[in-house]
Amino acid sequence: MGKTIFEKIWDAHVVATEKGGIEVLYIDRHFIHEVTSPQAFSELEKRGLPLFRPEQTVATADHNVPTWNQHLPIPDPLSRKQVNTLEENCRKFGVTHYGLGHPHQGIVHVIGPELGITQPGMTIVCGDSHTSTHGAFGTVAFGIGTSQVAMVMASQCLLLNRPKKMRITVNGQTGPGVFPKDVILYIISKLGTGGGTGHFVEYAGDVFRNMSMEGRMTVCNMSIEMGARGGLIAPDQTTFDYIKGRKFAPSGEAFDQAVAYWKTLPSDEDAVFDTEYHFDAADIEPMITYGTNPGMGIKITGRIPQLDEVSSKENFRKSLEYMGLQPGMSLLGKKIDHVFIGSCTNSRIEDLRLVARIVKGRRKAANVQAMIVPGSRQVADQAREEGIDQVLREAGFQMREAGCSACLGMNEDKIPPGEYCVSTSNRNFEGRQGPGARTFLVSPLLAAVIALEGRIVDARTYAELADVL
Amino acid sequence: MEKFTTLQSTAVPLLIENVDTDQIIPARFLKATSREGFGENLFCDWRYDSNGQARPDFVLNNPLYSGKILIAGRNFGSGSSREHAAWAIYDYGFRVVVSSFFADIFKGNALNTGLLPIEISESFLQQLLSAVHANPKTLFRVDLENQELAVPDRGLSETFEIHPYKKMCLLNGYDDIDYLISLKDRILAFEEQKPA
Repeated sequence: MGKTIFEKIWDAHVVATEKGGIEVLYIDRHFIHEVTSPQAFSELEKRGLPLFRPEQTVATADHNVPTWNQHLPIPDPLSRKQVNTLEENCRKFGVTHYGLGHPHQGIVHVIGPELGITQPGMTIVCGDSHTSTHGAFGTVAFGIGTSQVAMVMASQCLLLNRPKKMRITVNGQTGPGVFPKDVILYIISKLGTGGGTGHFVEYAGDVFRNMSMEGRMTVCNMSIEMGARGGLIAPDQTTFDYIKGRKFAPSGEAFDQAVAYWKTLPSDEDAVFDTEYHFDAADIEPMITYGTNPGMGIKITGRIPQLDEVSSKENFRKSLEYMGLQPGMSLLGKKIDHVFIGSCTNSRIEDLRLVARIVKGRRKAANVQAMIVPGSRQVADQAREEGIDQVLREAGFQMREAGCSACLGMNEDKIPPGEYCVSTSNRNFEGRQGPGARTFLVSPLLAAVIALEGRIVDARTYAELADVL
Repeated sequence: MEKFTTLQSTAVPLLIENVDTDQIIPARFLKATSREGFGENLFCDWRYDSNGQARPDFVLNNPLYSGKILIAGRNFGSGSSREHAAWAIYDYGFRVVVSSFFADIFKGNALNTGLLPIEISESFLQQLLSAVHANPKTLFRVDLENQELAVPDRGLSETFEIHPYKKMCLLNGYDDIDYLISLKDRILAFEEQKPA
């Protein structure tokens, strides 16, 4: 029987199999950030242990940083202490650190790929659930807790139960205005927030083959939102072209050798999955969430379900009450207060280019505060080079510096209680963007058009957007 | 990690499904660089209003309910990988979380924290909830060695699954770091033979 890409990578990293089937998995790359690493470093210190493989560890500050005036000391003392602690720990333990002000600083899941650190066939972990992003390159990448961060620091290994294998195939052609974000929001709306639990997902079919690397990252990023351990897409020419020439990618002969190996990774024809789903691309339309988990999504032209159409009635009621919405209503025309374009889901140069194309020469609606936060310093620099930042500023967007920003309500960037935010991020949980904040998750296309209109609209109804759709 | 063998306690019922880790501990409380003190902000935005006043309708503020066991709706712990969620539950005083379905990362984090996640059938979960609602002083008994959760007064019990390795760790208070370090020679040999 053939193997799936997941099995090929996993099997190549098993150091030992213990009683009861638990496996010792070797980790190629470990990304760390300021929020989930300090207690792990303390654990090493408490036990008098060195960091086993500092050269396979990369650190950056992203979750708890302000997104302006990054050249100044961080105003909040707790945030400043946490960011400084990361810097000190990295110095002490010999870890490369891309801190604030460094040209490689940015959201950990944006910088790994753009620096060429993320490569097919690797095992990658980080104390962050969106580590699944790196799966876009055909890696086994997943989020871990702080105790596990300490384990990887101490041994470059983890003790794990092998997840089950799921394949989600989407074939056919998506319609106008459908972006990778819509594809993954559609899938999550079908499977629910627990539908992937216990599984590692492979995305297969025309729709993912035809996506750019940025689009694939958006899809794999949100695998965790259906509970999956991770999600990946087999590497192909698109992947190789993206990696070639990047700072830490192999070059010359080593690159060719690497590509030859990467080409052996895709799942064998006769590989077997524990669970399979098939969707038709033609059924996918631009999506928006209405509730308080990413599975509560509808087509932009759709209606919020009626109470009798949902199974978890109490949760549904509680969600709609939090959101200030009614069962059965359409979201079209709903006035909104904020637009946030950023996060590890949608803050890459491709996203910024798309937004700039839409808002060029126009002005955001007066009732909207629009914020755009590049995923990394490199994205910000490129946006400046291409004149994108100028276009966005002229349209009334606040152009910020790199970080996780208003995705998670941790740093200074928060949405005020009760206000509505249309967001390109990944989670619409209660309070996710700040206590009482109400989040609608959408693609960067919808976010840009909604920023201009000040209310929820279907971008496909604008004739002047025909060439971007 | 503290050892866990058996526990007899009353329980706190949390009748909500899909409790995500942002509810368990909102991100704005993750700025600490140590593991202690997160219990104070456990379920903060459900427990307190925007003025910091306790919301009387939230179960942790209801004096009828207390104990070291939290019983929650299905898909508990979804979302962020923050282990701080498990730390907050533990720091508050819980030692066991019972649900009919746990998110993967949360379950692993709980086990690494010394907090026992017990996954039971949906029907047993409903029986437990009705028991605690009928009498908040109902005693629950957890026996890790025999992998059993019981309500002795009502003659109810169900066994639960736990990986034998994780069970051994909890029973003895071991964690994975010591074990992984003991494998150092094998890890070095693996690195030796692994293609670059």
